[in-house]
Amino acid sequence: MAQTPNKPQVRKRFRCDSIASVPQFTNSPTMIVMVGLPARGKTYISKKLTRYLNWIGVPTKVFNVGQYRRDAVRTYKNFEFFRPDNEEAMKIRKACARSALSDVGTYFMLEHGQAAVFDATNTTRERREIILSYAKDNGYKVFFIESICDDPEIIAENIKQVKLSSPDYIDCDKEEAVADFLKRIECYKVTYVPLDDDKDSHLSYIKIFNVGSRYLVNRVQDHIQSRIVYYLMNIHVTPRTIYLCRHGESELNLVGRIGGDSGLSPRGTQFAGALGKYIKSQSIPDLKVWTSHMKRTIQTAEALGVPYEQWKALNEIDAGVCEDLTYEEIQANYPEEFALRDQDKYRYRYPKGESYEDLVQRLEPVIMELERQENVLVVCHQAVMRCLLAYFLDKSAEELPYLKCPLHTVLKLTPVAYGCKVESVSLNVEAVNTHRDRPAAPDEPPCALLAPPSRHTRVQPMASPTPTRAPRLQDLGVTSLSLEVLQSQDTTERSVPHPFGIKLNLNNNQFSFSHF
Amino acid sequence: MSSYEDVPMETSPRELTQNPLRKIWMPYRNGLPDKHIPQRKVCMTNCPTLIVMVGLPARGKTYISKKLTRYLNWIGVPTKEFNVGQYRRECLKIYKNFEFFRQDNEEGLKIRRQCALTALNDVREYLGVEGGQVAVFDATNTTQERRNTIMKFADQNEYKVFFVESVCEDPNVIAENIVQVKLGSPDYTDCNTEEAIEDFMKRIKCYENSYQPLDEVVDRALSYIKIMDVGRRYLVNRVQDHIQSRIVYYLMNIHITPRSIYLCRHGESDLNMKGRIGGDSGLTSRGKEFAQCLNHFIQEQNIRDLKVWTSQMKRTIQTAEALSMPYEQWKALNEIDAGVCEDMSYEEIQDHYPQEFALRDQDKYRYRYPKGESYEDLVQRLEPVIMELERQENVLVVCHQAVMRCLLAYFLDKSADELPYLKCPLHSVLKLTPVAYGCKVESIFLNVEAVNTHRDKPENVNISRLAKEALFTVPAHQ
Repeated sequence: MAQTPNKPQVRKRFRCDSIASVPQFTNSPTMIVMVGLPARGKTYISKKLTRYLNWIGVPTKVFNVGQYRRDAVRTYKNFEFFRPDNEEAMKIRKACARSALSDVGTYFMLEHGQAAVFDATNTTRERREIILSYAKDNGYKVFFIESICDDPEIIAENIKQVKLSSPDYIDCDKEEAVADFLKRIECYKVTYVPLDDDKDSHLSYIKIFNVGSRYLVNRVQDHIQSRIVYYLMNIHVTPRTIYLCRHGESELNLVGRIGGDSGLSPRGTQFAGALGKYIKSQSIPDLKVWTSHMKRTIQTAEALGVPYEQWKALNEIDAGVCEDLTYEEIQANYPEEFALRDQDKYRYRYPKGESYEDLVQRLEPVIMELERQENVLVVCHQAVMRCLLAYFLDKSAEELPYLKCPLHTVLKLTPVAYGCKVESVSLNVEAVNTHRDRPAAPDEPPCALLAPPSRHTRVQPMASPTPTRAPRLQDLGVTSLSLEVLQSQDTTERSVPHPFGIKLNLNNNQFSFSHF
Repeated sequence: MSSYEDVPMETSPRELTQNPLRKIWMPYRNGLPDKHIPQRKVCMTNCPTLIVMVGLPARGKTYISKKLTRYLNWIGVPTKEFNVGQYRRECLKIYKNFEFFRQDNEEGLKIRRQCALTALNDVREYLGVEGGQVAVFDATNTTQERRNTIMKFADQNEYKVFFVESVCEDPNVIAENIVQVKLGSPDYTDCNTEEAIEDFMKRIKCYENSYQPLDEVVDRALSYIKIMDVGRRYLVNRVQDHIQSRIVYYLMNIHITPRSIYLCRHGESDLNMKGRIGGDSGLTSRGKEFAQCLNHFIQEQNIRDLKVWTSQMKRTIQTAEALSMPYEQWKALNEIDAGVCEDMSYEEIQDHYPQEFALRDQDKYRYRYPKGESYEDLVQRLEPVIMELERQENVLVVCHQAVMRCLLAYFLDKSADELPYLKCPLHSVLKLTPVAYGCKVESIFLNVEAVNTHRDKPENVNISRLAKEALFTVPAHQ
């Protein structure tokens, strides 16, 4: 008789539940479950959503079941693996899904994850039932994201962008790969049961039709689901480019002072002119230009001779009592503060000022609007640019405050496949270097512990963690699978023994596991 | 590839000047502001938007119209609603009974059509001459024919159109609507409850036969949101721009579950006593006493599942600590940043920055402290708080004077001119309960004395005024 899994520990509620900039709204972790035929953008959405959630401070991780399958099966032959009547393959695929589910549990329980994106087709009611029942047993919330698309052009473009370069098709030529993949899709179509607006009316989900022209949203349960829906409704796949740069060198930059609201130095003005020429040369259709409310970014934008919009949200980080000081003066007047900052630059908040963490909250509407827009040039500041860059390039809270954003350099970001291509363009105008590296040997740790709690928050990862690759099936029993059964006639390929010694319980369909 | 340095520059950059009131940098020529570069506003489009409600009677259209209008105005988008039923009442003067709405009542149909057209004319006036940005056209609009008329009108005037359809078949919800807002309608002043309900149900029937909901296929080119069963499900089609995206987000976050929102300030603080603004001081002994009284009050209210929110400043946290329940800190609830005037008394501000002091009195909503914030900035900062308040049910918000004014202005639909002068005294709790189309407010003073921190607008707001004229309305302090 299967043991009842332990109920998850109720998270201990302290008097003050959270001292982050923004309250944490859910105690129950959320499983975000993708649904859809292959090449419908599920992985694209999974990765993008995960990147966004991590950036706003919700620890999130993607669990791509296809990756588990690749690790289990090692070599992909052809679409026959996916035939609904291929029983052996079915068992492997099921086991991979369960292994991924188990890893979700580990992520939530041991790694303080708050959201997990379960990236697989999940096209049958049966598969979704397994997931729902797993979540119910553990007290996880479930939110489905179904992507429905019947536009053959979009599907063809997807296949081209991300499938052809998949590990599955490394040794194939393009036409073979496309043909095989289309047959793969057909295999799924046979058994595909979309979320049903009547039968599934008690579930929480969003259906995305044709890359966002229409959405159906059902039973949003809480804050995080509402934010997810808002985000998904604002993203698009139209090709475009985002340009990020700082203002030209400022008077305060020249004298090594931080913050303030000074104007451009002569070299800064020169940069502004060069920026104007560069932008012109790029011939960007319908370019929007955004600046902060600070003089130096506006002066820079003025040189472009095109309309621009000022955002207060793009203002540089507020250094509070340290505004207008040099680092030497900060060291002299606030040595403890200076040390604290180096200990945890992301979470450190200047007295009467802000932290990078605060900045991220402040910039969230900017990111949301950047997602809605197409071609945009953002003229901003060092700390601000680091935050925006970290969002686009999926950088962690540890890396973010040390990203290199030198003056007089433009970063050109172009979305491509699942990520972002970055080109760094230096406009060849000299400027001071304002980058301060992470110091080699941080001060004694006890300093940080004495710090007032209001300036430190609990640890939260900020970039998407590396997807779990190796399936861990130690919870399941018994027989090991002989892989020869799956191979085609040619056995010479398989000389390497299976790396993980997967043990699959193929005999009974019971799935049980134990909690830590 | 040509070098970008060879391309000649057209014009040299314009000089910048900082607007003294709002501290916004603007380009100028010959001492005067050049073309005004707008700061980021919600509606960056020149195209006004026409929001068109769709749905049978008693489906919440007017509720949504009014709430949405209130929200959009609060975030700075000039919006106005146009209720065609109101036009009909002005035209007809006396409502007899449901027969007016019968499909075969030619006279009735003519009048109703005329009212719709009059309303549309007023929409044009508002969006054109009066500088409105969004108009909410509140009527049943249940036939394709009517909607086509509206779209043609919008086309001619270059408005964007966004439909909001409310679909509901739950008889309980409909009955509740009728009780809450129809019985009190001018149409039914002289009827008893049963008569009114019966007549209204027949009225709904008149519309039902000709009702053509927005259709997924036929109307696939239109921009709309269909709200089903009071928000259980939404269908969103072709969101065109930023403002429509914000409207959809808002509509998806509101609910009608009964609940109460409690707003209060922190207990009296040390700086309050000294007549100083801003800072991060702790509570006085009276402030601590208030916190205890607040605890008792909350216990007595016996509120189900109350959430408590504070800012990240010591005085609100100290106040919440006295409550025997968990609370969440929001940086967004921090008091307005007074920049260089932080920790100063009004006398000191008058002494050191008389011009700033005068500018503030001239336009307290838009005035931004040097290196600080304005009420306008505060509203933007508080928008996520409002959004989450809409999602939540029972909440107690322990905040600050300026912050509480902004939140109150949202709930009570106060203008930008009224907002900075709303009375939010220390040691008083405001209990807000949504009722019908608005909010019931109860003010509960918890009987612990405190200084008055409310400064009325003085008579003389001229920069040239005397110190005593400026300080005339400063409340007493230590």
